[in-house]
Amino acid sequence: MSPAQWDLPPELCCRPMAFVALTGLDVVYNAVHRAIWDAFCANRRADRVPISFKVLPGDHEYPKCRTKRTSYEWYIPKGILKTGWMNKHLNLVPALVVLFYELDWDEPQWKEKQSECATKVEIVRTSLQGRNTKVAVVLIQKKTPLPPGEDVMASERAAALCNACDLSGKSLFVLPHTDHLVGYIIRLENAFYEHAQTYYYTEIRRVKSHKEFLNKTTHQLLFVRHQFKTAFFSELKQDTQNALKYYRAAYSLIHELRTHETNILEIKTMAGFINYKICRLCFQHNTPLDAIAQFRKHIDLCKKKIGSAELAFEHAAWMSKQFQYFGDLFDEAIKLGLTAIQTQNPGFYYQQAAHYAQERKRLAFQLCGGPEANLGYPAPDPLETPTGILDFYGQRAWRQGHQSIDPPDPEKEKGGILALQGREKEVPHSELIIALLSNAVAQFKKYKCPRMKSRLMVQMGEEYYHTKDYAKALKLLDYVMCDYRTERWWGLLTSILGTALRCSYLMAQVKDYVSYSMELVGRASMLREDQKSRIQKNVAKVLKNEPPEAEPDCDPSAVKAAQALWNERGSQASGEDLILEVQDSVPFVQCKARFLHPSFHLDVPVQLHVFLLTDSPHPVRFSKLCVSLSNQDYNQYCVVDSLGQAPAQEDMCLVPGRTHRYSFRFVARPEDVGKKIEITGVDLMLGSENGRCIFLNWRGGGGDAASSHEALQATRSFKRRGLEPQISVQLHHEPPALNNEMYCMMVTIQSHEDIVARDLKLTAGLKPGQDANLSHTTHVTLDGSKMCDDSHRALLPDIPMGDLQPQEKMEKPLSIRCSTTGPRIFLVHVAYTVDTCIEGRDIVCKCHKDETVTIETVVPFEVAVKFVSTKFEHLEHVFVDVPFLLMTDILSMSPWPLHLVTSELQLAPTMAAVDQPASQVEEVVLQTGESASECFCLTCPPVHHGTTGVASGQYVMSWKRKSANATIPVVNTVITLPHVAVETIPLYVHADLPSFGRVRESLPVKYHIQNRTAIVQEVEMSVEPSDAFMFSGLKQVRLRILPGTEQDMLYNFYPLMAGYQMLPLLNINLLRLPAVSGQLLRRFLPSRIFIKVTFNGPANSGIESGARCWSYPSLILTVSQRRSSKVLRQKMGRTVPLLCPPSPNRLSRR
Amino acid sequence: MMTMLGGEPFLLVSKQEQQNYPLYIRSVPSDSELKFHYTVHTSLDVVEEKVSAVGKVIVDQRELYLGLLYPTEDYKVYGYVTNSKVKFVIVVDSSNTSLRDNEIRSMFRKLHNSFTDVMCNPFYNPGDPIQSKVFDSMVSSMMVQTC
Repeated sequence: MSPAQWDLPPELCCRPMAFVALTGLDVVYNAVHRAIWDAFCANRRADRVPISFKVLPGDHEYPKCRTKRTSYEWYIPKGILKTGWMNKHLNLVPALVVLFYELDWDEPQWKEKQSECATKVEIVRTSLQGRNTKVAVVLIQKKTPLPPGEDVMASERAAALCNACDLSGKSLFVLPHTDHLVGYIIRLENAFYEHAQTYYYTEIRRVKSHKEFLNKTTHQLLFVRHQFKTAFFSELKQDTQNALKYYRAAYSLIHELRTHETNILEIKTMAGFINYKICRLCFQHNTPLDAIAQFRKHIDLCKKKIGSAELAFEHAAWMSKQFQYFGDLFDEAIKLGLTAIQTQNPGFYYQQAAHYAQERKRLAFQLCGGPEANLGYPAPDPLETPTGILDFYGQRAWRQGHQSIDPPDPEKEKGGILALQGREKEVPHSELIIALLSNAVAQFKKYKCPRMKSRLMVQMGEEYYHTKDYAKALKLLDYVMCDYRTERWWGLLTSILGTALRCSYLMAQVKDYVSYSMELVGRASMLREDQKSRIQKNVAKVLKNEPPEAEPDCDPSAVKAAQALWNERGSQASGEDLILEVQDSVPFVQCKARFLHPSFHLDVPVQLHVFLLTDSPHPVRFSKLCVSLSNQDYNQYCVVDSLGQAPAQEDMCLVPGRTHRYSFRFVARPEDVGKKIEITGVDLMLGSENGRCIFLNWRGGGGDAASSHEALQATRSFKRRGLEPQISVQLHHEPPALNNEMYCMMVTIQSHEDIVARDLKLTAGLKPGQDANLSHTTHVTLDGSKMCDDSHRALLPDIPMGDLQPQEKMEKPLSIRCSTTGPRIFLVHVAYTVDTCIEGRDIVCKCHKDETVTIETVVPFEVAVKFVSTKFEHLEHVFVDVPFLLMTDILSMSPWPLHLVTSELQLAPTMAAVDQPASQVEEVVLQTGESASECFCLTCPPVHHGTTGVASGQYVMSWKRKSANATIPVVNTVITLPHVAVETIPLYVHADLPSFGRVRESLPVKYHIQNRTAIVQEVEMSVEPSDAFMFSGLKQVRLRILPGTEQDMLYNFYPLMAGYQMLPLLNINLLRLPAVSGQLLRRFLPSRIFIKVTFNGPANSGIESGARCWSYPSLILTVSQRRSSKVLRQKMGRTVPLLCPPSPNRLSRR
Repeated sequence: MMTMLGGEPFLLVSKQEQQNYPLYIRSVPSDSELKFHYTVHTSLDVVEEKVSAVGKVIVDQRELYLGLLYPTEDYKVYGYVTNSKVKFVIVVDSSNTSLRDNEIRSMFRKLHNSFTDVMCNPFYNPGDPIQSKVFDSMVSSMMVQTC
């Protein structure tokens, strides 16, 4: 038997398809036949009916049918299923034989052809004697047939042919050899398929009909056989549902069989076959859970059916195959669209298959002995059969057909077992195991089981180790070691390391050997102390360039080879350096390195400590310890070795469990100030120059896979810092800065150094890195007496200040001008150098001190401008040539007192001052929140017609803060005055009257009425009577005023009452322009007048003495809180109101 | 952390944060102890998957018992995860039919209580392997019961 004896037969694993034989086709020489055959079998797509075709010669001999048994009474079956049966029905016995024959309906020699065809049919029938196989005839014709019924000759001849051949009309077909060959063929094969279905149906009936002859005592095997056959025929019929039913029945019947040692293999074999079929059909029906349940049941039932103890490996092999085939089926189903999950995927079955394969190997080793053991193969070979194959599945070659409980011949039985054991020894178990494991690994990788994958890889590695493929073993083990290390499963890691160590020993891989040894000795290893001690001694030997002791449990022959290898290594590789990266493993020396501080000043030496601790059972002697830094120039200072400063010998020896500290100090270079310097690695050298040197290299500041890294990171690097500057920088200023002013800041630098600070340099100004606009709106200068302009920079770099003696103080005023508001950060940076000496080395140290200050810039004051009439009424627009007032309100917003130096009104050409406007706020000081006002009387000269608004000009404020000294320049703030709307009026009225009157003294009032149009205006005027005045003059008049001229109207008012009195109302109507109302014109006239009381009678009365023209003062008072306008109004009256006694009433009646 | 018991291997695994190293392992002394370690370690695949699935769906978060993780031919592996993501794993012989789901559940609860006591010990440093006589004896008693 071949090693593949446990494989399922291919005819079991294939999909059964109806078998149809085609005869009468000459596919070699006849092109037409060739084309027909190709159309049948080439490029069959899945939608074509499932038929397997075969071309056979017309006189082909089909397997003989045995004579039908009439009674089963004396029949004792020899086995369950014959080995040839499935193949017979798949490939040998056709369901239908089709005879192809070239014959046209209008064949001239019809008779002869017809009889020839009949003969051929007869030959086929004869060779199928006893079978139910159908026969069909296909006529290959050159002409396209007419539609049925039209060709009379055709139907006649067809009937005749059927008759001659003894065929039913359904079994005669015509195949016109025309363009549509494939279409015809598809129709043909569908018809064949129907015939085949009928055939298999009758076969099922035939097999079932045997059942009634069977009895349960002697024919148990036949029950199984018949169920299996019905199921198989159902499959051929493509009736998978029924097939499944019959297979299930067969499966339960097979477990009803009595089992004993002689037939157990046959039962298991057949159970395996049927189980395979059931599972396959379940997956095909998309019921994977049924398949899994069936498989579990199968395994549970068969697990304990081990059979002969001497052949126990056979059971393991069989179990392994069961799992493997189920895994294959599962995987196949997944490829066709089934979804598997993490806990139910083919991997588990492959894993289990591998497990049984390992079991098989173990049992084989146990039962058949090791490779050296020679059992002696019996001759003649009991496993040989005359035909080379067995008659029944799962039987023994030396006793085929034997079904009783005891073996017929114990001697033969013994020989047979011996032969099987002998064959088992030749099986490449490890290969099988590895193949299964790698299948499982692939599955687990797919279904997110990384740990399961790792575990199986370990098993693969171990299997490779057993097959002595150490390189592959090591590769696999090394790969998974990291996973176990990072997960900190030390127990598992130790076991893997043990195997890896053996591999590396047997291959004499020095580097791997040392690395694994060190980890096995280290603290992560779970080995016992004596083991660790042994391994450490081996490492010591390797360091001395001697071969180490062999690992226990190694194959003795392999050890011999390994020793030779080690000796060879030893002789050729003296003084060889091995560098081991130990960061990612857990070596027996722990290392941690750190700087004492996160940063060091330049005048302090840098200190760093390296801590070493060994967990090995014996002390470890090292020959060199060196630390690498990111600046390699310092490395020379960080070395411990036996040559240099020659430390004490005990310092070079690490005592287990004691932490050893090594300190290093060095002076850093000034150019590394501000740079970060890191420990890039620590190297520990074991061994000596005359033996082997091994460097343990820790990247960074030490630590390994078993230590926590976080704490180390912090102290692995340090920053070099310059000297601590011993000077103070103070800034004196009065924030906030006012917009546009020369803001004064006094920088005071005082030295607290013990020695002279040389080359003092000051950098001052706007701190770089702020908003780009700020640098355009900020100007810094040292000269505070002149106003800054855009030529000044925002930052003054490196202003030389000379040297500064200890305790000396230096002042430097800075002037800053900020032309926009908002916060700004200013930087004052003082740099200098000092000479110093550390550990005997002279060093020029650069020091600097930074001060930053945030200064807010605010608006110093706000100016509000308004236009009012001479009566202080608000004006929407001004009238041409009518005087009006421009008022400015200056409100201080500055937190500091504000000194208004002067102000100036720069009028636009469209405006004219009535008198000389002089500043009214000169030298006024405003406190926070106070305001000052100015008032200017202006007129607007005539404008072009259509102009609505005119420019007013500019208002210039000159100011500085009160505290600023005289040298500070005055700031001129220009305020553009608003545009004002201008209108012309046709008529202008103004009055001349004294500033006050006296009771019962004449008060002359002159009204001037001016026509400003180009036409004659007719004006109607009237004066309304008043209680307070008597008056003389024209009470109501109508007059004409020529263009551009003025009409004066004189009235003599005679006041009757004291106090403020309403003047008699003057009504003016323009007859031509009714739109211009008296209301409007009245705005130009005073409405009231103050009347004084007289005691001395009407002395010095008269227009000349008492009256003065109404004049427009331009005086302003600065008062706080905007009370100015009220006071101003009082001043305008030029008199202070006194308490006036009421005037006698009778006078008013005069 | 894990334990195993007589006849029935019986394990407990803990993880701190994202780590899955054992805090406690106990098993019936036998040749196949290493195999149990592997079994427990591989069962973490399923535990992690289940724990992450819980986070997604937000099922009843008070249910700490994960149930049967996966069946092997010889053992049944059960899992349990505390709210602080400490994992307990128990492996029992699959032939042992006396241990039903409820028994396993109560075993886990006992383990959890005992583990909480260990954590309450001010001298216990979370994350260190558990070395507690009380815990040991509790586990031993459980292992004897199941024998």
